[in-house]
Amino acid sequence: MSVAVREAPIVKPDAPAAVNDFAINVATANGSGSQTSNGVLLRALFKMGIPINGKNLFPSNIQGLPTWYIIRLSKDGFLARREMTDIQVCMNGRTVAEDMERVVPGGIVIYDDSLPVANRRKDVTYYEMPVKDLVKEAKLPHALRDYVANMVYVGVLAELLGIESVEIEAALLHHFEGKEKAAGLNMEMVERAIDWASAHVGQHHGYRVERMTGFNEGKILVDGNTAAALGALAGGLSLASWYPITPSSSMAESVEKYASTLRTDKDTGKATVAVIQAEDELAAIGMVVGAGWTGARAMTCTSGPGISLMSEFAGLAYFAEVPAVIWDIQRMGPSTGLPTRTSQGDILAAYYLGHGDTRHVVLFPANPAECFDFGRIAFDLAEELQTLVFVLSDLDLGMNAHISEPFEYSDAPFKRGKVLSAEDLEERQGSWGRYMDVDGDGIAYRTLPGTRHNMAAYFTRGTGHNEYGYYSERPEDWEQNLERLKRKFETARQLVPSPVLDEVEGAQVGIISLGSNHDGVEEARARLEATGLSTNYLRLRALPIDESVRTFIERNRIVFVIEANSDGQLHNILTTEEPAQALKLVSMAKCDGLPLSARYIAGEVQKAVEEALI
Amino acid sequence: MSTRTRTEAAARRAARPAKTNRIGLEKTAYRGRPSTLCKGCGHDSISQRIVNAAWEMGLDQTQVVKLSGIGCSSKTPAYYLGWSHGFNSLHGRMPSVATGAIIANSSLEVIGVSGDGDTASIGIGQFKHAVRRNLPLIYIVENNGVYGLTKGQFSATADEGQFLKYQGVNDLPPLDICMEALTANATFVARSFAGDPKQLEALLKAAINHRGIAVLDIVSPCVTFNNHDSSTKSYGFGRANEIKLHDLNFVPEFEEIEIEDYEDELEVELHDGGSIILKKIDPDHDPTDRTAAYNVIQQSLDEQKLITGLLYINEGEPTLTELLNLTDTPLTHLPDEKLRPSREALEGVMATLA
Repeated sequence: MSVAVREAPIVKPDAPAAVNDFAINVATANGSGSQTSNGVLLRALFKMGIPINGKNLFPSNIQGLPTWYIIRLSKDGFLARREMTDIQVCMNGRTVAEDMERVVPGGIVIYDDSLPVANRRKDVTYYEMPVKDLVKEAKLPHALRDYVANMVYVGVLAELLGIESVEIEAALLHHFEGKEKAAGLNMEMVERAIDWASAHVGQHHGYRVERMTGFNEGKILVDGNTAAALGALAGGLSLASWYPITPSSSMAESVEKYASTLRTDKDTGKATVAVIQAEDELAAIGMVVGAGWTGARAMTCTSGPGISLMSEFAGLAYFAEVPAVIWDIQRMGPSTGLPTRTSQGDILAAYYLGHGDTRHVVLFPANPAECFDFGRIAFDLAEELQTLVFVLSDLDLGMNAHISEPFEYSDAPFKRGKVLSAEDLEERQGSWGRYMDVDGDGIAYRTLPGTRHNMAAYFTRGTGHNEYGYYSERPEDWEQNLERLKRKFETARQLVPSPVLDEVEGAQVGIISLGSNHDGVEEARARLEATGLSTNYLRLRALPIDESVRTFIERNRIVFVIEANSDGQLHNILTTEEPAQALKLVSMAKCDGLPLSARYIAGEVQKAVEEALI
Repeated sequence: MSTRTRTEAAARRAARPAKTNRIGLEKTAYRGRPSTLCKGCGHDSISQRIVNAAWEMGLDQTQVVKLSGIGCSSKTPAYYLGWSHGFNSLHGRMPSVATGAIIANSSLEVIGVSGDGDTASIGIGQFKHAVRRNLPLIYIVENNGVYGLTKGQFSATADEGQFLKYQGVNDLPPLDICMEALTANATFVARSFAGDPKQLEALLKAAINHRGIAVLDIVSPCVTFNNHDSSTKSYGFGRANEIKLHDLNFVPEFEEIEIEDYEDELEVELHDGGSIILKKIDPDHDPTDRTAAYNVIQQSLDEQKLITGLLYINEGEPTLTELLNLTDTPLTHLPDEKLRPSREALEGVMATLA
């Protein structure tokens, strides 16, 4: 075999060594099996104690279109998407040219030697991997060759950067769930690549990984959809009904995956949760509403196109006052084109979904641990408020692996809300009104089908009911009902998760953001702080907003509302709900299919502050 | 009638002990609120049959749920079984609401009422998927071939060539609800006529004890928009063209009746108790034979006859809730600790993520 490094590594002696602080971008073709390689790399680095995040930028396609996987390593724990790449792995000839453009000066390009790599940059080091030759030498079963080929770059990166091979082996075993044969086949390929690289590449002096402590201890590596599924299962889920749609499918599939482990009744061996793949999203939410009305905790998960289809049921759940939970893992929409790209474009749609005057409770988890908690909290709120609750995650949070605090087990009683039992009805001598505000909080009492009392039954309709649930078209009855729903919404403000505040003494510039933007916002704030611009930060966790949002805006001279959509949807809601302070609120909305970067956020804030304050 | 006789009649009634069913209730206890449908509507007679069947079966209404979509038919659950929870849901979406309710509490007896617009047009997808899942649901279609609440448009079950005042002539062939049910693997398919109370009651009782989904396509004339004799959904047509497959009799398990052993009788035992006795008339029809059911439906379409009775029954297929292997205790009755994992089980999963 005559494979040589064509150009010597350029490592200037005075170049600062980037230890545990750079970004790797792996460009492959979709469906080529790179998910295993990338997942293994991420996990090995995680187990070495290095703060990491992996973002999969993939096309709407089964096989062939370009896919990128970006691994960010940050010893300081900044894990937002980086716009530039330090180490580019090229496994896809179609994207080599654009992939090379993204590399920082002094960076590295590692490429499959069968690819055409023209117009090489002088400020970048190139390493050529003899992928085909190495695969051939390994004498693998024919059918596996294409999949295992991606292990070559794992081995080369391991040698180049110093990733411990024992952690790669452990990550492979983890990936193949303990199946030693499959893990072994892949490890053999990794080892061959390590051997080749140690003879032909050597270790790089600029970019290195080193085992570290202080960040990953006690933490887990998990995507938001898995966390949400586990949270729902731990939160009393009885029915999950769903229709396949990226990027939410993996949430429903995780419910299926873990249901038997977590929710098999130990006394009878039978299931305490049902999962139904519905015929469409309308049926999925219909099942949720039917189950919620009957007294079970039910949930569906979907994405933008799904919530459009669910809108009639959303309105019905709101007006008939039926507990229901919809997880919306947001993506670009509508239709096809960018369905595998992240977005926060459903905020307005979710908040107001339905016809008539509807406003829904909407939760915004920012990390897997919060996805887990909101799995339960969404049900508590839906049942306490007898209404539909949305949880808005997004593709970046839902499908990408994040380092997370371990999930906190809760054995607190589920909050089932105001439900009258047969005994309660007996005490009241059967006198009750389904839509009567007895306690002044706008929340009426309900009974569940199957309650053994002949005064328990009521007839459920969308509109046109009086306090007793009887059919009524009297204007006064309906107006009174709408007034009560408004009172209920005011109660909701007090019950939803409050914002997380981080304020700096003396700072006059505020940031309001939500969900998965958190990583980018935190890193941007650190960058701004380094330039002397301190910022206050309110991370909104729910709609409707509570009093703390108003007072936060009051305390700042200017407040940037940062979100990953184009119209500034949260900004729109905040200016509507805080009209007196609307001029202080500046929209900073970006929608390009990618998670917001710190560079973008910091740059825009800096620019706007200079324009506004100086 | 003079005042005196009326008073006497009332006195006689009062003197008679009220007739009660096996759980000690009079039939009036099974009524709902007064109907707001047109006088003579077929749907009202179906509601009355539901009241009768439920009373005679001695159903505990608190364990019954009434669901519907949207339309004239879907208003009817308010008019019967006043002690049962009811849900007038969305147009064409009753099956999904029923699916959720049944999974949540599998001990409930769920009666879904729909119409031909609700089922054969906007709701055909949910209808066929509920059937495919063998949801333990009584699915009643009150079929009149016309949209009533929106004032007289053709539905998908309207006859080809039929005339309606505001719409003119219908150019499209009808969908047949029984045929659609059968192709979706329904386990109980029956057709009846609102003007045939005895048969309808027997079918309703059998449906209550059927194991999975029971589809009852009931021709129920719309007296306002579609009751002219040229319509196959009219009283006149039904009376003139009904061909009964058999005389039906439902025997509940709590009634130990000696049945005369007719040579041409067929008894089908129902999963939840009781049995339905079919006394065959011409043509000879075996309701456990799927192909025969297809043939009968095709024949009714070809010959423009209203062939009524139990077209197909199969007690051997598992229901959705059986397939889901849910706890015998309804999910809504489980205590918190059964609705969440143990601390150890969750920690076990987290160990795989660490």
